[in-house]
Amino acid sequence: MSNKYTEDDLREELKTKEYEYGFYTDIESETFPNGLNEDIVRAISKKKEEPEWMTEWRLEAFKVWKEMTEPEWANVHYKKPDFQGISYYSAPNSKPKYDSIDEVDPELLATFEKLGISLDEQKKLAGVAMDVVVDSVSVATTFKKTLGEKGIIFMSISEAIKEHPELVRKYIGTVVPQKDNFYAALNSAVFSDGSFCYIPKGVRCPMELSTYFRINQAGTGQFERTLVVADEGSYVSYLEGCTAPSRDENQLHAAVVELIALDDAEIKYSTVQNWYPGNAEGKGGVYNFVTKRGLCEKNAKISWTQVETGSAVTWKYPSCVLKGDNSVGEFYSIAVTNNYQQADTGTKMIHLGKNTKSTIISKGISAGKSQNSYRGLVQISSRADNARNFSQCDSLLMGNECGAHTFPYIEAKNKTAQIEHEATTSKIGEDQIFYCNQRGIDTEKAIALIVNGFSKEVLNKLPMEFAVEAQKLLEISLEGSVG
Amino acid sequence: MELKDKLVSSFMAFENMVDIDAPVHDVRSEAIKSFEDLGFPTKRDEAWKYTSLNSLLKHDYSVFPKQENSLEFSDVKRYFIHDIDSYKIVFIDGKYASNLSQTTHDGIDVCLMSSALSKPKYRLIIENYFNKAATKDSLSSLNTAFSQEGAYIHIPKNKIVEKPIQIIHFSSGKESALLLQPRNLIVVEENAHVQIMERHQSLTDNAVLTNSVTEIFANKRAIVDYYKLQNDKPTASLIDNTFIKQKRESHASVHTFSFGGQLTRNNLNFYQEGERIDSTLKGVTIIGDKQHVDHNTLVHHIQPNCESHQDYKGIFSDRSTGVFNGKVVVDKIAQKTNAFQANNNILLSDKASINTKPQLEIFADDVKCSHGCTIGQLDDSAMFYMRSRGIPEKEAKALLMFAFSNNVLDSVKIPEIKQRITKIIATKLGVDIGFDL
Repeated sequence: MSNKYTEDDLREELKTKEYEYGFYTDIESETFPNGLNEDIVRAISKKKEEPEWMTEWRLEAFKVWKEMTEPEWANVHYKKPDFQGISYYSAPNSKPKYDSIDEVDPELLATFEKLGISLDEQKKLAGVAMDVVVDSVSVATTFKKTLGEKGIIFMSISEAIKEHPELVRKYIGTVVPQKDNFYAALNSAVFSDGSFCYIPKGVRCPMELSTYFRINQAGTGQFERTLVVADEGSYVSYLEGCTAPSRDENQLHAAVVELIALDDAEIKYSTVQNWYPGNAEGKGGVYNFVTKRGLCEKNAKISWTQVETGSAVTWKYPSCVLKGDNSVGEFYSIAVTNNYQQADTGTKMIHLGKNTKSTIISKGISAGKSQNSYRGLVQISSRADNARNFSQCDSLLMGNECGAHTFPYIEAKNKTAQIEHEATTSKIGEDQIFYCNQRGIDTEKAIALIVNGFSKEVLNKLPMEFAVEAQKLLEISLEGSVG
Repeated sequence: MELKDKLVSSFMAFENMVDIDAPVHDVRSEAIKSFEDLGFPTKRDEAWKYTSLNSLLKHDYSVFPKQENSLEFSDVKRYFIHDIDSYKIVFIDGKYASNLSQTTHDGIDVCLMSSALSKPKYRLIIENYFNKAATKDSLSSLNTAFSQEGAYIHIPKNKIVEKPIQIIHFSSGKESALLLQPRNLIVVEENAHVQIMERHQSLTDNAVLTNSVTEIFANKRAIVDYYKLQNDKPTASLIDNTFIKQKRESHASVHTFSFGGQLTRNNLNFYQEGERIDSTLKGVTIIGDKQHVDHNTLVHHIQPNCESHQDYKGIFSDRSTGVFNGKVVVDKIAQKTNAFQANNNILLSDKASINTKPQLEIFADDVKCSHGCTIGQLDDSAMFYMRSRGIPEKEAKALLMFAFSNNVLDSVKIPEIKQRITKIIATKLGVDIGFDL
């Protein structure tokens, strides 16, 4: 935590705000009628001026989806969304796209300002190129030129479908196939927008790429699709941050993220997720059912870092398929649940290649009446000689009405595999609090300190800008849970 | 006919054969209904994700034994722990073998389930304890429906049983395929202490499937030590369902040694219904060929201030498969719980596989719960150290593997059992050395 922001500030902040980003901007949206059928899928595709193959691809996914049933194995309980009660398309009205920021709807710009992601500021200070997604359509892309010089393609996926169909067609659905699971199939059929990123051979992306998602229109589901392709020997660090306005109605977020790291490439994908978690009585909040998966070719590396503080229900397993020899997968996660939040999150590390390595560090913090589960799979195939995995899942419980659960699946089929898994569950030690108290640090501050220490291993993995935000979120999320 | 249908339709015949007026009649009828509803578990059940019963269910099992068979003690002596004095309850093809057994009613009851179920003097205990710990899952229900014979052990208050009790089930192979469903009930009253050993042994290569249920009740401050020795023929399979209910300050431990058999599934469940309880679950699994051993454990911490210790070691070679599914549940009021779970595995072959799932479900905040799980190989540098000092490869390997499982062996309280297991391990590893170096 930086010096500027002290615990006193935090307390002041906690008193005054319930959900910082809970506001609603009235932009005239163009929204489709509720419900889902083949016509809606076609209409979405048409609306986005997609080529024929894309429409077919969506319809294929829709056909599969119709046959599927919602998964129930996760350790979460919620009222099932009514898939016919959702509008599957909503785009900000102002068209066409803007070349400069001045053209953007001022109301929209004000939204960004409130969220602290003013494009100007971002451009000047953070050096972060933003592909801003409000509801479903990408409205502004910055730094495109700088990136363009290096041959990096960073644009909304609908643009990419038009401008680089060969790349999208080659990679989309290769890591998360349409029929992968219920929500992935739904996403494949109706995804409205998302980001596409391609890093050419041997290029090191000079800046952190970033996209913010936001759900902004009442009753619209958010179906983002992100595709990141790092060609041979390239490197990219990608940030994804989420905030959503306060709503009473449960909103559905079913995103798909596909990462492809070709030989010797490296992708670092960081997420701060702060969707609206519902109020203190557990009313409202976002359902976050996300499929994230990365594919590593030879010597490639994919690193997932996530800070999950929001959403009423989270169901998310960023995974790595370690296909190439010597590839590396990493997963660093902090999941904080408070009040009535439920999180079932973890990762899958599928070791297929030789000498593949994976690391899993998962920190779960549950407070209030929340339920926090880690669910992970480490699978070593019989051809994955010398595969190595280390997993650590720690849970911290605050209060006696919450729960922490661990469901690690470990499947080894190779005799040279080395796998270690350890998990602990504990509460904040009275001796630790006492130690702090004794030195003049009050209990509230002491707990903030200890939680920060508990999560440090993961926070350290976040890019600088995110780390600050994440720490702040962590403390806001645990508001009122100490005592 | 499918095995399920065969079992359901033979239930009537079974009922007529046993005493229909017995108080457990209703329990049995209810159990067969729930088995009929549930059927045999399939891989679609989360608890059976890694273990398939399909290959076992295709045999045409003889459901209850038709004739009594007898064996000479000298032929089967080696399956007993015979160098110490002990009580023995021996069954051949599910029928009691009086010539091999040594039961007692002198201060304690070490006798038969069939008499406990039928004689009025046991009625109260049967009413209070029978089927009170077993869950209603399909296999336990199936056993309950056909429960008739097994061991009945009742240790009254303050009684320390001075010699161990051996429960041994032989199958003679007179039937081409035999399904055995022994049902054991063990009630250990306040302050009493008992040590029990259980073994299932097939004497021929005919198929045997044992679906056994053991219910153990450890009352206040009771101490129960239970040893399961599983070293059966490669054609024999075992589904062992054990349910242990503990009252306050009791200690119960179950050691499971799995070396033999085609498919072994151990469902071991502990329920801690009082404070300051200690539960121990330990196991060593050393298997090869196409063997399959599945440990499915549950420790349910219901009350505060209790401890549980789990330690399972496995060594898997050839095409064998190991499964460990350990679940620890800590209820909201079970504060100050200490629950430890460790599962260490060594894979010796690329065809062998291990699936492990150490699972924690915790609803209380002031607890210390940890689980650790490893999969690895023998340490090359340790091997080199021994090889360079003239220890042949096979022996060096055996020494390392023995050391690996020694943690579990160390807590075996009966030296003769420990010796016997050490010998079995040596045979299993194909070496001729003692391990007390």
